[in-house]
Amino acid sequence: MSRFPSRRVLLTGASATVAAALLGGCDRLGNAAWFQRTLKTGEDANLFVQRLLLTEQALAPEYAEADISPWFKPNGTEDPPDKDYKALAMGKFAKYHLEIGGLVEAPFRLSLADLRKLPARTQITRHDCVEGWSAIGKWTGVPLADLLTRAKLKPEARYVVFHCADTMDQGNPLEGGGDGAETDEAAPAGNANPAMTKQAGGNESRKDSGGQQASEDTAADGGSPVRYYESIDLVDAFHPQTILAYDMNGQALPVSNGAPLRLRVERNLGYKQAKYVMRIEVVESFAHLGEGKGGYWEDQGYAWYGGI
Amino acid sequence: MARTYLTRSAPETGEVERRRWTFRHPLVIRITHWVNAVCLLVLLMSGLQIFNAHPALYWGSVSTFDSPLMAMSSTEDDPPKGVTTVFGHGFDTTGWLGSSVGSNGEPADRGFPAWATLPSDQDLTGGRSWHFFFAWAFVLNGFAYLLYGLVSGQLRFRVIPSADQIRHFGASIREHLTLRFPQGDEAKRYNVIQKLTYLVVLFLLLPVQVLAGLAMSPAMNAAFPFLLTLFDGRQSARTVHFVVAALLVLFVVVHVALVLLSGFWNNMRGMLTGWFVIERKVEPAGAAEERRA
Repeated sequence: MSRFPSRRVLLTGASATVAAALLGGCDRLGNAAWFQRTLKTGEDANLFVQRLLLTEQALAPEYAEADISPWFKPNGTEDPPDKDYKALAMGKFAKYHLEIGGLVEAPFRLSLADLRKLPARTQITRHDCVEGWSAIGKWTGVPLADLLTRAKLKPEARYVVFHCADTMDQGNPLEGGGDGAETDEAAPAGNANPAMTKQAGGNESRKDSGGQQASEDTAADGGSPVRYYESIDLVDAFHPQTILAYDMNGQALPVSNGAPLRLRVERNLGYKQAKYVMRIEVVESFAHLGEGKGGYWEDQGYAWYGGI
Repeated sequence: MARTYLTRSAPETGEVERRRWTFRHPLVIRITHWVNAVCLLVLLMSGLQIFNAHPALYWGSVSTFDSPLMAMSSTEDDPPKGVTTVFGHGFDTTGWLGSSVGSNGEPADRGFPAWATLPSDQDLTGGRSWHFFFAWAFVLNGFAYLLYGLVSGQLRFRVIPSADQIRHFGASIREHLTLRFPQGDEAKRYNVIQKLTYLVVLFLLLPVQVLAGLAMSPAMNAAFPFLLTLFDGRQSARTVHFVVAALLVLFVVVHVALVLLSGFWNNMRGMLTGWFVIERKVEPAGAAEERRA
């Protein structure tokens, strides 16, 4: 036997070294700001082309009762830690009010009972998580267009922002005091998945979705608490299938799926479907909200446009 | 009849040589080839990153979490084991699938290992950014190739087998299996198996891959509901996208292996400069008899 490494060993070693260097190079490139901006043009192109292809009224596919998933996988926050939310939930949301304000002529508030009295739309649609899985559910709720029409948008209105009840673990949940232990344990930072579960149910969800070591990171910055928020533009806001749902599969929306009210903005991925919606704000720009990217997950690097 | 209009001989050097220089790959073909190679590699690795966000495959519209077609997971053991389940049968894939050592040296719960994904760490949004940018590059590059190929006649010459090639199909397969590569005029054109493979990749696998990718977009489902009909639902489309990606990997592996076996430097020079050397078919006396023996 030769004491020199064989040609095959040398070649394998050389290719592995080159591959490792390439990989490291790609990771470094992927972290460079200019390159990230370049990559993001792909996602800008998605928005541009899909808006060209879709008419404003094109409907997301609707399904039959028989297609409804036996279990609608809850995701993201499953039980908001916030004291004020817990109080509302305790009282079966009798004291809940949805506020609509911002760039509107006639801001107003509605209780859950008021919302249930308004004309409703029911749709059986597919929910697509950015992670890759899908589930079908039946949603009943108030078309957002009706509420916005009633509030009368000002001419400069461009986006509709949904402010939610659930504090995310990125900051210290100041108001979640009583259940601090629950919220401390998992803290998605940086590039976690929008789909990952942040509260007690986290372990169970980790098994479904395989590797999410991000949940083991601890919150890096002790900044101010961040509540979930999302934004959509007026094309999606006035789409006939865009509703604020209070019922799921014929029952009152469960807490794990966003009680008492969640957004259904079909033709978009799951992280756009804000849960625990407390306040709707019509704005000209979302630059002043959060990190300025238009939503909680957008602030973590996800695309604002969730159509693909 | 040999078709020679796509290869042109180098300036005559006077000697009647055994090696003949031919110009094989025009500039557009060479550029689109290498752009395509980069795109496919990035799309594969960023695709595995995206897959890792939910390393399981299903059939139909929705995810049947209890009964995936295929799933990767890790056990509670210390250190964790990686388990890959295919059609209900579990396999220990520790170190490769389900659980593998991450960039920090610790075992991580992840579908595909860090060296196979882009970015290497778990980073769904990073993977999506890479994937979408290079998907656009891939599609635009593909259209440039097709347009040039159609207009120049290259596409037809390269991928449509001629009548005589079809007649000698069996012989071609034998040559391929014994790794005897054509020489002389026959080396100027792709052989019939090459042509059929390129035909399948170009006009079946790649279009299906793009359509399956688009079928996963909820907005595209609203614009073109037939995409869902075509694939029998979004989760099926995701499964098809994964399987076709695997077939494309297989194609590339065989392609690169044949490039290595049939004259690496000649092939590389051909795809970098366009110039390719064809060995004259020199039959030493008695060779025919030898072969028969």
